[in-house]
Amino acid sequence: MSPDREQITIPPDGRPPAEQPKWRQDFPIDWPQDHYVARRDFTKFLVLTSFAFVVGQFWIVAQNFIRRRRRRPPIKQIAKLNELQIGQSLVFAYPEERNKCLLVRTGENKFVAFGQECTHLACAVVPEPEKKRFLCPCHNGSFDLETGKPLAGPPRRPLPRILLEIRDGSLYATGVEARVV
Amino acid sequence: MAVPSHMEFFIDQNRCIGCQSCAQACGECDTHKGHPMIHLEYVDRAHSTQTTPVVCMHCDQPTCAEVCPADAIKRTGDGVVQTARKPRCIACNNCVLACPFGVPKMKTEFRLMMKCDMCYDRTSAGKKPMCATVCPSGALFFGTREQVEQLRPRSTPVNQFRFGNQVITTKVKMMAPKVARAEYVDVTAAMEEQDIGKSIFLNILSVVEEE
Repeated sequence: MSPDREQITIPPDGRPPAEQPKWRQDFPIDWPQDHYVARRDFTKFLVLTSFAFVVGQFWIVAQNFIRRRRRRPPIKQIAKLNELQIGQSLVFAYPEERNKCLLVRTGENKFVAFGQECTHLACAVVPEPEKKRFLCPCHNGSFDLETGKPLAGPPRRPLPRILLEIRDGSLYATGVEARVV
Repeated sequence: MAVPSHMEFFIDQNRCIGCQSCAQACGECDTHKGHPMIHLEYVDRAHSTQTTPVVCMHCDQPTCAEVCPADAIKRTGDGVVQTARKPRCIACNNCVLACPFGVPKMKTEFRLMMKCDMCYDRTSAGKKPMCATVCPSGALFFGTREQVEQLRPRSTPVNQFRFGNQVITTKVKMMAPKVARAEYVDVTAAMEEQDIGKSIFLNILSVVEEE
Protein backbone atom coordinates (compact mmCIF):
# COMPACT_ATOMS: atom_id res chain seq x y z
CA MET A 1 0.00 0.00 0.00
CA SER A 2 1.47 3.29 -1.04
CA PRO A 3 1.51 5.92 1.70
CA ASP A 4 0.00 8.53 -0.62
CA ARG A 5 -3.16 6.56 -1.17
CA GLU A 6 -4.57 7.30 2.26
CA GLN A 7 -3.72 10.98 2.18
CA ILE A 8 -7.10 12.64 2.52
CA THR A 9 -6.20 15.89 4.25
CA ILE A 10 -5.94 18.72 1.76
CA PRO A 11 -3.49 21.50 2.73
CA PRO A 12 -5.14 24.92 3.22
CA ASP A 13 -3.77 26.36 -0.03
CA GLY A 14 -5.28 23.44 -1.96
CA ARG A 15 -2.19 22.75 -4.08
CA PRO A 16 -1.17 19.14 -4.83
CA PRO A 17 1.14 17.30 -2.39
CA ALA A 18 4.11 17.59 -4.77
CA GLU A 19 4.05 21.39 -4.55
CA GLN A 20 3.84 21.44 -0.77
CA PRO A 21 6.83 22.34 1.43
CA LYS A 22 8.86 19.41 2.72
CA TRP A 23 7.72 19.77 6.33
CA ARG A 24 4.23 18.72 5.32
CA GLN A 25 5.59 15.31 4.35
CA ASP A 26 7.59 15.13 7.56
CA PHE A 27 4.66 16.06 9.79
CA PRO A 28 1.56 14.68 8.07
CA ILE A 29 -1.85 15.21 9.62
CA ASP A 30 -3.15 11.87 8.37
CA TRP A 31 -2.72 8.98 10.77
CA PRO A 32 -1.58 6.35 8.20
CA GLN A 33 1.27 8.57 6.95
CA ASP A 34 2.24 9.47 10.48
CA HIS A 35 2.58 5.77 11.32
CA TYR A 36 4.37 4.93 8.09
CA VAL A 37 7.92 3.72 8.73
CA ALA A 38 10.14 3.87 5.68
CA ARG A 39 12.62 1.05 5.06
CA ARG A 40 15.43 3.58 5.45
CA ASP A 41 14.16 4.67 8.88
CA PHE A 42 13.90 1.09 10.04
CA THR A 43 17.45 0.31 8.87
CA LYS A 44 18.70 3.43 10.61
CA PHE A 45 17.06 2.28 13.83
CA LEU A 46 18.60 -1.19 13.55
CA VAL A 47 22.10 0.12 12.85
CA LEU A 48 22.04 2.69 15.64
CA THR A 49 20.66 0.22 18.19
CA SER A 50 23.27 -2.42 17.42
CA PHE A 51 25.96 0.27 17.56
CA ALA A 52 24.74 1.18 21.03
CA PHE A 53 25.01 -2.47 22.07
CA VAL A 54 28.60 -2.64 20.77
CA VAL A 55 29.51 0.50 22.74
CA GLY A 56 27.91 -1.09 25.80
CA GLN A 57 30.13 -4.18 25.48
CA PHE A 58 33.26 -2.04 25.35
CA TRP A 59 31.99 -0.12 28.36
CA ILE A 60 31.66 -3.37 30.35
CA VAL A 61 35.19 -4.41 29.36
CA ALA A 62 36.55 -1.02 30.44
CA GLN A 63 34.72 -1.25 33.76
CA ASN A 64 36.19 -4.70 34.38
CA PHE A 65 39.67 -3.40 33.61
CA ILE A 66 39.28 -0.53 36.05
CA ARG A 67 37.99 -2.87 38.77
CA ARG A 68 41.04 -5.15 38.39
CA ARG A 69 43.40 -2.20 38.70
CA ARG A 70 41.77 -1.04 41.93
CA ARG A 71 43.92 -1.65 44.97
CA ARG A 72 42.83 -4.10 47.63
CA PRO A 73 41.13 -2.37 50.53
CA PRO A 74 43.35 -1.80 53.58
CA ILE A 75 43.30 -4.07 56.60
CA LYS A 76 41.55 -2.28 59.43
CA GLN A 77 41.04 -3.10 63.07
CA ILE A 78 37.37 -2.92 63.96
CA ALA A 79 36.92 -4.34 67.46
CA LYS A 80 38.42 -6.30 70.33
CA LEU A 81 37.18 -9.86 70.72
CA ASN A 82 35.80 -9.32 74.21
CA GLU A 83 34.09 -6.08 73.22
CA LEU A 84 30.95 -7.85 71.99
CA GLN A 85 28.67 -10.31 73.79
CA ILE A 86 27.08 -13.14 71.81
CA GLY A 87 24.16 -11.68 69.85
CA GLN A 88 25.48 -8.12 70.04
CA SER A 89 26.33 -6.10 67.00
CA LEU A 90 28.49 -3.15 66.08
CA VAL A 91 28.43 -0.64 63.22
CA PHE A 92 31.73 0.20 61.61
CA ALA A 93 32.92 1.86 58.41
CA TYR A 94 34.84 -0.17 55.83
CA PRO A 95 36.59 0.31 53.43
CA GLU A 96 35.57 3.99 53.12
CA GLU A 97 34.02 6.20 55.75
CA ARG A 98 30.72 6.21 53.81
CA ASN A 99 30.43 2.38 53.62
CA LYS A 100 28.74 1.44 56.86
CA CYS A 101 28.94 -2.22 57.85
CA LEU A 102 27.53 -4.42 60.58
CA LEU A 103 29.52 -6.81 62.75
CA VAL A 104 27.54 -9.46 64.64
CA ARG A 105 28.84 -12.00 67.12
CA THR A 106 26.81 -15.14 66.47
CA GLY A 107 28.73 -17.62 68.63
CA GLU A 108 31.67 -18.01 71.01
CA ASN A 109 34.19 -17.78 68.19
CA LYS A 110 31.89 -16.87 65.32
CA PHE A 111 31.71 -13.39 63.90
CA VAL A 112 29.98 -12.25 60.72
CA ALA A 113 30.14 -8.84 59.04
CA PHE A 114 28.10 -7.48 56.14
CA GLY A 115 27.61 -4.17 54.42
CA GLN A 116 24.65 -2.37 55.92
CA GLU A 117 23.08 -1.19 52.66
CA CYS A 118 20.06 -3.22 51.64
CA THR A 119 20.57 -4.50 48.09
CA HIS A 120 17.06 -3.42 47.13
CA LEU A 121 17.09 0.36 47.59
CA ALA A 122 20.05 0.93 49.93
CA CYS A 123 18.20 1.45 53.21
CA ALA A 124 20.21 0.51 56.30
CA VAL A 125 19.42 -3.01 57.51
CA VAL A 126 18.90 -3.76 61.21
CA PRO A 127 20.29 -6.96 62.80
CA GLU A 128 17.76 -9.19 64.56
CA PRO A 129 19.93 -12.00 66.03
CA GLU A 130 17.01 -13.60 67.92
CA LYS A 131 15.25 -14.15 64.58
CA LYS A 132 18.51 -14.98 62.80
CA ARG A 133 18.08 -12.27 60.19
CA PHE A 134 18.82 -8.72 59.11
CA LEU A 135 15.64 -6.74 58.59
CA CYS A 136 15.30 -3.87 56.17
CA PRO A 137 12.46 -1.78 57.61
CA CYS A 138 11.82 0.12 54.36
CA HIS A 139 10.12 -2.70 52.47
CA ASN A 140 10.26 -5.58 54.95
CA GLY A 141 13.16 -7.26 53.21
CA SER A 142 15.18 -9.72 55.27
CA PHE A 143 18.58 -11.39 54.94
CA ASP A 144 20.02 -14.46 56.60
CA LEU A 145 22.20 -13.59 59.59
CA GLU A 146 24.87 -16.22 58.81
CA THR A 147 25.22 -15.88 55.04
CA GLY A 148 23.66 -12.50 54.19
CA LYS A 149 21.47 -14.12 51.54
CA PRO A 150 18.01 -12.68 50.92
CA LEU A 151 15.20 -14.53 52.69
CA ALA A 152 12.08 -12.50 52.01
CA GLY A 153 10.86 -9.24 50.57
CA PRO A 154 12.01 -7.33 47.51
CA PRO A 155 15.83 -7.78 47.69
CA ARG A 156 17.23 -10.40 45.30
CA ARG A 157 20.97 -10.10 45.88
CA PRO A 158 22.86 -10.93 49.09
CA LEU A 159 24.54 -8.30 51.26
CA PRO A 160 28.27 -7.80 50.52
CA ARG A 161 30.30 -9.84 52.96
CA ILE A 162 33.21 -8.29 54.86
CA LEU A 163 36.12 -10.72 55.23
CA LEU A 164 37.25 -10.96 58.84
CA GLU A 165 40.41 -12.13 60.51
CA ILE A 166 41.19 -12.64 64.17
CA ARG A 167 44.71 -11.62 65.26
CA ASP A 168 45.89 -11.31 68.86
CA GLY A 169 42.42 -10.96 70.34
CA SER A 170 41.35 -8.30 67.83
CA LEU A 171 39.06 -8.41 64.80
CA TYR A 172 40.36 -7.09 61.51
CA ALA A 173 38.45 -6.44 58.28
CA THR A 174 40.57 -7.59 55.37
CA GLY A 175 38.37 -7.24 52.30
CA VAL A 176 34.93 -6.94 50.77
CA GLU A 177 33.36 -9.84 48.92
CA ALA A 178 30.69 -8.37 46.63
CA ARG A 179 28.38 -11.18 45.53
CA VAL A 180 25.68 -11.43 42.91
CA VAL A 181 23.94 -14.62 44.06
CA MET B 1 -11.52 -0.81 12.09
CA ALA B 2 -12.91 2.43 10.81
CA VAL B 3 -16.13 4.37 10.83
CA PRO B 4 -18.17 3.14 7.83
CA SER B 5 -18.42 5.84 5.17
CA HIS B 6 -22.19 5.54 4.68
CA MET B 7 -22.82 6.41 8.35
CA GLU B 8 -22.79 10.16 8.78
CA PHE B 9 -23.34 12.61 11.62
CA PHE B 10 -26.05 15.25 11.19
CA ILE B 11 -26.66 18.14 13.56
CA ASP B 12 -30.06 19.82 13.46
CA GLN B 13 -29.31 22.90 15.53
CA ASN B 14 -32.86 24.24 15.85
CA ARG B 15 -34.16 20.98 17.30
CA CYS B 16 -31.90 21.29 20.36
CA ILE B 17 -33.95 21.73 23.54
CA GLY B 18 -30.99 22.31 25.86
CA CYS B 19 -31.56 19.22 28.02
CA GLN B 20 -27.82 18.47 28.38
CA SER B 21 -28.48 14.73 27.85
CA CYS B 22 -25.69 14.58 25.29
CA ALA B 23 -23.19 16.18 27.67
CA GLN B 24 -24.18 13.79 30.45
CA ALA B 25 -23.98 10.74 28.19
CA CYS B 26 -20.62 11.88 26.81
CA GLY B 27 -19.25 12.30 30.33
CA GLU B 28 -20.28 8.73 31.17
CA CYS B 29 -17.83 7.27 28.68
CA ASP B 30 -14.99 5.31 30.24
CA THR B 31 -12.34 6.84 28.00
CA HIS B 32 -12.90 10.31 29.50
CA LYS B 33 -15.11 9.76 32.53
CA GLY B 34 -16.55 12.93 33.99
CA HIS B 35 -15.30 15.14 31.17
CA PRO B 36 -17.93 15.65 28.46
CA MET B 37 -16.42 16.42 25.07
CA ILE B 38 -19.67 17.89 23.77
CA HIS B 39 -21.09 21.16 25.03
CA LEU B 40 -24.17 23.26 24.44
CA GLU B 41 -23.71 26.79 23.21
CA TYR B 42 -26.27 29.52 23.86
CA VAL B 43 -27.10 31.30 20.62
CA ASP B 44 -28.12 34.59 22.19
CA ARG B 45 -28.20 34.18 25.93
CA ALA B 46 -29.68 37.61 26.63
CA HIS B 47 -32.81 37.09 24.57
CA SER B 48 -33.33 33.39 24.07
CA THR B 49 -32.91 30.00 25.70
CA GLN B 50 -32.03 28.41 22.36
CA THR B 51 -28.98 26.22 22.58
CA THR B 52 -26.96 24.40 19.97
CA PRO B 53 -24.87 21.28 20.54
CA VAL B 54 -21.20 21.58 19.59
CA VAL B 55 -19.40 18.42 18.55
CA CYS B 56 -16.21 18.17 16.53
CA MET B 57 -17.03 18.83 12.88
CA HIS B 58 -14.04 16.74 11.68
CA CYS B 59 -12.80 19.22 9.08
CA ASP B 60 -11.18 18.16 5.82
CA GLN B 61 -8.39 20.60 6.64
CA PRO B 62 -8.29 20.45 10.44
CA THR B 63 -7.16 23.86 11.66
CA CYS B 64 -6.31 22.38 15.07
CA ALA B 65 -3.86 19.96 13.44
CA GLU B 66 -2.47 22.69 11.17
CA VAL B 67 -1.49 24.85 14.15
CA CYS B 68 -0.24 22.03 16.37
CA PRO B 69 3.49 22.65 16.97
CA ALA B 70 3.99 19.18 18.50
CA ASP B 71 2.53 17.15 15.61
CA ALA B 72 0.07 15.62 18.08
CA ILE B 73 -3.32 15.90 16.36
CA LYS B 74 -3.94 13.25 13.74
CA ARG B 75 -6.75 12.36 11.40
CA THR B 76 -7.54 8.72 10.73
CA GLY B 77 -8.28 7.37 7.27
CA ASP B 78 -12.04 7.59 7.78
CA GLY B 79 -11.76 11.35 8.33
CA VAL B 80 -12.11 11.45 12.12
CA VAL B 81 -9.83 13.96 13.86
CA GLN B 82 -8.61 12.27 17.02
CA THR B 83 -7.74 13.55 20.47
CA ALA B 84 -4.14 14.75 20.75
CA ARG B 85 -1.60 11.95 21.09
CA LYS B 86 -0.65 11.90 24.76
CA PRO B 87 3.12 11.38 24.29
CA ARG B 88 3.29 14.37 21.94
CA CYS B 89 0.81 16.91 23.29
CA ILE B 90 2.55 19.76 25.11
CA ALA B 91 -0.68 21.39 26.34
CA CYS B 92 0.11 24.63 24.53
CA ASN B 93 -3.54 25.53 23.82
CA ASN B 94 -2.86 26.45 20.16
CA CYS B 95 -5.63 24.15 18.94
CA VAL B 96 -8.09 25.48 21.49
CA LEU B 97 -7.50 29.01 20.24
CA ALA B 98 -7.42 28.09 16.56
CA CYS B 99 -10.47 25.84 16.17
CA PRO B 100 -13.21 27.92 14.54
CA PHE B 101 -15.92 25.83 16.20
CA GLY B 102 -14.43 25.91 19.71
CA VAL B 103 -14.23 22.15 20.05
CA PRO B 104 -10.85 21.16 21.57
CA LYS B 105 -10.77 21.18 25.36
CA MET B 106 -7.58 21.62 27.32
CA LYS B 107 -7.50 19.27 30.26
CA THR B 108 -4.80 20.90 32.35
CA GLU B 109 -4.95 18.13 34.97
CA PHE B 110 -3.85 15.62 32.30
CA ARG B 111 -1.73 18.17 30.37
CA LEU B 112 -3.59 16.98 27.28
CA MET B 113 -5.94 18.39 24.69
CA MET B 114 -9.04 16.24 24.51
CA LYS B 115 -11.73 16.59 21.94
CA CYS B 116 -14.80 14.90 20.55
CA ASP B 117 -13.65 12.00 18.37
CA MET B 118 -17.15 10.95 17.33
CA CYS B 119 -16.92 8.20 19.99
CA TYR B 120 -14.33 6.42 17.89
CA ASP B 121 -14.47 3.31 20.08
CA ARG B 122 -18.21 3.03 19.36
CA THR B 123 -18.56 4.27 15.79
CA SER B 124 -15.66 2.18 14.52
CA ALA B 125 -17.46 -0.87 15.93
CA GLY B 126 -20.69 -0.02 14.15
CA LYS B 127 -22.45 1.74 17.00
CA LYS B 128 -23.77 5.29 17.23
CA PRO B 129 -21.94 7.98 19.19
CA MET B 130 -23.16 8.39 22.78
CA CYS B 131 -24.71 11.83 22.19
CA ALA B 132 -26.68 10.70 19.14
CA THR B 133 -28.10 7.69 20.98
CA VAL B 134 -29.48 9.77 23.86
CA CYS B 135 -30.61 12.97 22.12
CA PRO B 136 -34.41 13.03 22.73
CA SER B 137 -35.25 15.65 20.10
CA GLY B 138 -33.15 14.39 17.22
CA ALA B 139 -30.85 17.39 17.17
CA LEU B 140 -27.95 14.96 16.97
CA PHE B 141 -28.44 12.20 14.43
CA PHE B 142 -26.09 9.47 13.30
CA GLY B 143 -27.15 7.38 10.34
CA THR B 144 -27.34 7.22 6.59
CA ARG B 145 -28.22 10.09 4.32
CA GLU B 146 -31.42 8.35 3.18
CA GLN B 147 -32.59 8.10 6.78
CA VAL B 148 -32.03 11.80 7.45
CA GLU B 149 -33.74 12.80 4.21
CA GLN B 150 -36.77 10.82 5.27
CA LEU B 151 -36.73 12.28 8.79
CA ARG B 152 -36.15 15.92 7.74
CA PRO B 153 -37.83 16.38 4.36
CA ARG B 154 -37.65 20.19 4.55
CA SER B 155 -33.95 20.37 5.43
CA THR B 156 -30.80 19.70 3.54
CA PRO B 157 -27.38 18.87 4.97
CA VAL B 158 -24.71 21.54 4.62
CA ASN B 159 -21.06 20.86 5.36
CA GLN B 160 -19.35 24.07 4.29
CA PHE B 161 -18.71 26.90 6.67
CA ARG B 162 -17.17 30.27 6.00
CA PHE B 163 -15.09 32.08 8.58
CA GLY B 164 -13.90 35.27 6.91
CA ASN B 165 -11.59 34.11 4.13
CA GLN B 166 -11.44 30.52 5.37
CA VAL B 167 -13.95 28.08 3.94
CA ILE B 168 -14.11 24.84 5.89
CA THR B 169 -15.52 21.58 4.60
CA THR B 170 -16.45 19.17 7.33
CA LYS B 171 -17.30 15.51 7.73
CA VAL B 172 -20.12 16.27 10.17
CA LYS B 173 -23.11 17.88 8.46
CA MET B 174 -25.48 20.54 9.67
CA MET B 175 -29.16 20.59 8.66
CA ALA B 176 -30.21 23.82 6.95
CA PRO B 177 -33.66 24.71 5.54
CA LYS B 178 -34.06 23.71 1.89
CA VAL B 179 -35.66 27.06 0.95
CA ALA B 180 -32.54 29.03 1.92
CA ARG B 181 -30.32 27.08 -0.55
CA ALA B 182 -27.17 27.95 1.34
CA GLU B 183 -23.90 26.90 -0.27
CA TYR B 184 -22.19 27.40 3.05
CA VAL B 185 -22.89 28.80 6.48
CA ASP B 186 -21.26 32.23 6.74
CA VAL B 187 -20.44 32.22 10.42
CA THR B 188 -18.52 35.45 10.79
CA ALA B 189 -21.02 37.44 8.73
CA ALA B 190 -23.79 36.20 10.98
CA MET B 191 -21.84 37.38 13.99
CA GLU B 192 -21.75 40.97 12.71
CA GLU B 193 -25.40 40.97 11.77
CA GLN B 194 -27.37 43.82 13.33
CA ASP B 195 -30.38 42.56 15.23
CA ILE B 196 -32.55 45.59 14.58
CA GLY B 197 -35.64 44.55 16.48
CA LYS B 198 -33.74 44.06 19.70
CA SER B 199 -31.46 47.09 19.82
CA ILE B 200 -32.13 49.57 22.61
CA PHE B 201 -31.22 53.23 22.35
CA LEU B 202 -30.37 54.84 25.64
CA ASN B 203 -31.20 58.51 25.01
CA ILE B 204 -31.83 59.42 28.61
CA LEU B 205 -28.63 61.42 28.80
CA SER B 206 -29.68 63.69 25.95
CA VAL B 207 -33.02 64.28 27.60
CA VAL B 208 -31.24 65.50 30.71
CA GLU B 209 -29.15 67.90 28.65
CA GLU B 210 -32.22 69.42 27.02
CA GLU B 211 -33.71 70.22 30.35
